[in-house]
Amino acid sequence: MFNLRIIKHPILDFPKQEMVQFTYNGSSVQGVAGESIAAALHAAGIKMLRHSSRHHRPRGLFCAIGNCSSCLMTVDGVPNVRVCVEPLRAGMAVEVQQGKGTIV
Amino acid sequence: MIDTDVLVIGAGPAGLLAATSAARAGVNVLLVERSERLGGQLIKQTHKFFGSRDEYAGERGIAIAARLVKETEEQAGITTWKNAAVAGIYPDGVVVIACKDSFYTVRPKKMVIATGAAEKTMLFPNNDLPGIYGAGALQTLMNVYGIMPGKRILMVGAGNIGVIVAYQLLQAGVEVAGVVEAAPRVGGYAVHAAKLARYGVPIYTSHTIKAAHGEEYLTGVTVAKLDECWQPIEGTDRYIAVDGLCLAVGLTPLTELCWQAGCEMRYVAELGGYVPLRNAEMRTTKPDLFVAGDAAGVEEASAAMVEGKIAGLSVAADLGCMNVTNELEHAKKQLSALRAGPASAKIRSGLSQILIGEVS
Repeated sequence: MFNLRIIKHPILDFPKQEMVQFTYNGSSVQGVAGESIAAALHAAGIKMLRHSSRHHRPRGLFCAIGNCSSCLMTVDGVPNVRVCVEPLRAGMAVEVQQGKGTIV
Repeated sequence: MIDTDVLVIGAGPAGLLAATSAARAGVNVLLVERSERLGGQLIKQTHKFFGSRDEYAGERGIAIAARLVKETEEQAGITTWKNAAVAGIYPDGVVVIACKDSFYTVRPKKMVIATGAAEKTMLFPNNDLPGIYGAGALQTLMNVYGIMPGKRILMVGAGNIGVIVAYQLLQAGVEVAGVVEAAPRVGGYAVHAAKLARYGVPIYTSHTIKAAHGEEYLTGVTVAKLDECWQPIEGTDRYIAVDGLCLAVGLTPLTELCWQAGCEMRYVAELGGYVPLRNAEMRTTKPDLFVAGDAAGVEEASAAMVEGKIAGLSVAADLGCMNVTNELEHAKKQLSALRAGPASAKIRSGLSQILIGEVS
């Protein structure tokens, strides 16, 4: 499986953590509960998070602190979730958002 | 409606120092932070800080963050809300805070805005492709979550952040394809630039990004050499295959709340963008509103901490706390000393454009 998790680091310790299942556009992905959804997707090599509302351009993570709105996705049916700051929970259904998303 | 002596907005280095300094002087503080963690961007700084011991030089940012958070949690008089975003400031000084799917109104006597800064981007075709990140985002992925942002990454910007984050990429096990810098020389810390050189990372000075390439995500970048007038030289295009591009091209102050509150603002390029006018006590043109840290002008974390302390002590003095005068004067001297060196010439020039006398 594609995995970008850091195993050895000269300064930081990243102990192996229990993985939980969630889905990206219906496909099963594993991540660590409590890390950001964007982090879990990156670890699995998934970078495309949404399509821009006007020109439908692919967008990914840019600021990772909930500031820039580049990473808005639909999570469990709710659009415009900033996945860079939204903690991952087991069983989440995460989808690439098309455009502005609809609330109702 | 919640009443408080002081509302501190933002729990990075500036906000934490503002909160602890004010509370230690005897006033009660509500500290609000939009993320789920205190410490701001310090929580991802694995490098050791420079400066003097007063600002924790020699310690890693992550250790400084842990220490400041502990001091804040142990300090009596501070109430902390995490996952709490300030949504607005009304003309009568009432602040609306969004927290846990509800809105709360707070009426503070004094306010310290310590909202930090946001990453800048740069213009080139396809600059919005997935795989192009601000430098802070890479630090979050690597140093907070333990995830490599890619396998081979090109850095743009050889200032302090560029050279430090490029070295942190190497520490995380990522290949660094090079560092691209528009200026003719490296502007960042020599110690980190030397580390990059030892690892064989090329530094392309007088170069820029002409375009990014890829369909669904980044697959490569075209760089070109610049002439003395900063224009790309024809025939120098070079394609570099990478799966990540990191932009360390500066930060801009997050001042939406200052604008909304009606502070007088000025564009100061040396400080990263629009900043509120303010005096040496960090008081803006709104007498009850103070500012500290990168929101007051983009600088280093050590300066942000001292500005936070000055703002916290100033609001305490406003609220009638005695015996803060000496500490306040000491902090001001500490800040001047921090900014005395040749590396701070730009900051000094920026500050000279926004510093005002006492607000009546």
